[in-house]
Amino acid sequence: MTPTLTLFLTISAALFSIGLLAALSRRHAIFILIGIEMMLAAANLNFVAFWRFSPQPQPPIGVMVAIFSIAIAAAEAAVGLALVIAIYRHYRTTNVDQLDQLQG
Amino acid sequence: MSTAAFIVIAILTLAPALAAASLPKLIHAALSFALAFVGIAAFFFLLGAEFVGLVQIFVYIGAVAVLIVFTILLTRRDAATPDKFNWGGVVIAIAVFGGLIWAIFLTPGLSIAPPQIEALTVKRIGEVLMTDYVWPLQCVGLVLTAALIGALILVMEEKP
Repeated sequence: MTPTLTLFLTISAALFSIGLLAALSRRHAIFILIGIEMMLAAANLNFVAFWRFSPQPQPPIGVMVAIFSIAIAAAEAAVGLALVIAIYRHYRTTNVDQLDQLQG
Repeated sequence: MSTAAFIVIAILTLAPALAAASLPKLIHAALSFALAFVGIAAFFFLLGAEFVGLVQIFVYIGAVAVLIVFTILLTRRDAATPDKFNWGGVVIAIAVFGGLIWAIFLTPGLSIAPPQIEALTVKRIGEVLMTDYVWPLQCVGLVLTAALIGALILVMEEKP
């Protein structure tokens, strides 16, 4: 017996939920970034799983989308971490609860 | 594609992911995060997308995890304080997970075995990248350049 598409989608859903958990329940900005990266990776897993379980299209669209998505995630991580460092310089904290200057 | 390998990789992915989401110390969470991404790369290998798995390891463990560790060390004073855990997020995450599982198991035709395919070689990926996907490739290059310049400008020391 080999793993079916359902199993891969379940793993991907679990990974997405864990990423959402990290992004919503932690207060450090870096934790939130880690959660976002995890959600992006879960989406990539879905893309590749659907590519593998479909009749093979030419070109391999699922794999291509996953590669581009990884590149975009890298850019997002670089800018996000730069923002965290800039915020830390300015406010001496990375706790998102304390960054409430724009709150009305 | 063997079930035993699938179960082992699933455990090796989800356990570090949960640890990354729940460990109180940032640096431990960052290392668990790197471990979870090794597991996801192993999933890509299992699915026959070796190139994506390698890219995942290079980009995430080689670059993003190191970047996160550097950021944690640069913002160290703050990282030492314990993190308050917000339980509302747990409820929302479980609700989203339940919704996704419900949608997956209600969709017909998903419990299929993988079809036999010819292996996807790096040569094939290179050909596709340079023909059908050449414009997206250029755009991604532009985005990466812009993002790195933007990141540099953001963290540059302000002149007094």
